[in-house]
Amino acid sequence: MAQLTCQNLTLGYEGKMIVSDLTFTVNAGDYLCIIGENGSGKSTLMRTILNLKAPMSGKIVTGDGLLPNEIGYLPQQTVVQKDFPASVREVVRSGCLNRCGLRPYFNKKQKQLVEESMEKLGITNLAKRCYRELSGGQQQRSLLARALCATGKILLLDEPAAGLDPMASAEMYALIAGLNADGTTIIMISHDLEASRQYASHVLQIGNGGVLFFGTMADWRERND
Amino acid sequence: MIDRLIMYFEFPFVRYAMLVGILIAFCSSLLGVTLVLKRFSFIGNGLSNVAFCATAVGAAIGFNNNILFVLPITIVSAVLLLCSGKNAKIKGDASLAMISVGSLAIGYLLMNVFPQSSNLAGDVCTTLFGSTAILTLGQRTWMVWLCVGLSVLVAVLFLLFYHKIFAITFDEDFAVATGIKAKAYNLLLAVVVAVIIALAMNLVGALLVSALVVFPALTAMRLFKSFKSVTICSVIVSVVCAAFGILVSILFDNLPVGSTIVAVNIAGFGIFSLIGVILRR
Repeated sequence: MAQLTCQNLTLGYEGKMIVSDLTFTVNAGDYLCIIGENGSGKSTLMRTILNLKAPMSGKIVTGDGLLPNEIGYLPQQTVVQKDFPASVREVVRSGCLNRCGLRPYFNKKQKQLVEESMEKLGITNLAKRCYRELSGGQQQRSLLARALCATGKILLLDEPAAGLDPMASAEMYALIAGLNADGTTIIMISHDLEASRQYASHVLQIGNGGVLFFGTMADWRERND
Repeated sequence: MIDRLIMYFEFPFVRYAMLVGILIAFCSSLLGVTLVLKRFSFIGNGLSNVAFCATAVGAAIGFNNNILFVLPITIVSAVLLLCSGKNAKIKGDASLAMISVGSLAIGYLLMNVFPQSSNLAGDVCTTLFGSTAILTLGQRTWMVWLCVGLSVLVAVLFLLFYHKIFAITFDEDFAVATGIKAKAYNLLLAVVVAVIIALAMNLVGALLVSALVVFPALTAMRLFKSFKSVTICSVIVSVVCAAFGILVSILFDNLPVGSTIVAVNIAGFGIFSLIGVILRR
């Protein structure tokens, strides 16, 4: 069974439809890239998958042992975070909260998970640094480590390389590809078609209020090359 | 001077004033960090104006136990303001401005229509800028105990939910996506803020409450860079400033308590900013 199945989703705001009849599936280990023009509903789709927003109709089913709150999320940076006093470790740690349940503090296992995630993304040496003083790439890594703490199963990335210089963004994509190779499912919104072509296994293109293409990268290439 | 202080502290009302002042400073600074970071610095101002209005309404109806009337009204307003969220028809800061100024006007209007004493200007000034009310605590020891109880409650809640408060402050979307009930925590936050504001009004008055919430947090942020250290530092700064302010205003008879505390806070902010600039070189 697929990890994530979207069935006939219709998305929109306040009764105004943006995109309808979205149907696609994501299997464990996939690297799905969602592309589409601004306003086509990519971000709305993301928010819906994350349960931040209810679809107008249709439904999202999680399977293959994935719980709805086990989806890791790498959001675009918000204004609040730009001057937020927090150490990298504090930021990464907040990803573990869904494992705590009602317990107010983290246990040993979760603290270890935090260290492992930071290790994986090469930010262990930054643990005590202040988040707002880091470079864009380092900030993204911290947020990615936080997402990893929330789950190792599936990650949703919203423009992970936005605002990064070419070097940092190449590193970011390589990191993500590495996580994917380790078995983490990736769903990514990106404007960067080059990177998507290089790494993604599947493509979902939305526009004109519906799905323009859904299939494997190989099919997509055949069609567009 | 020390002799004079010792003499003053023989009076129970001075001791009570000190205790309550420190407790209120402690609570307001705990939440100040979160409020400032969530861009809710002005909520203290808005809510205290609501509390001012509620005080006037309470007096007009003839409640003696004002706080028991003011508290629920302030809580309801806080919930409405903090939980209306991003989708409200009137955006956060606009609705805050509306409620804030509106209740100030209505409050003053009511005080004029139903004057409680011949000294109307004095009454208004007292409510707006804090009063000697804190020095009459001797006759109202239940207020002192209420303050102690609520402060303990706030501290316990904060410690229990520390990590969740961090998560919903830093990134509410992420918190919700990973299954944190951010709405519930925002509600809790709103209620606690309202309680603190209603209490703090007695100390520094409706117009100056925001200072207690905002200054310690901003002062701490000049020097410290993690959430934990900022929180701890802002609590210490707040308590020290409040204690110092109260002492000064006791020693110099004519100084109003609230404004003195705020002045000390401003001085603290200045000193920390300066140290911050020097350290960065």
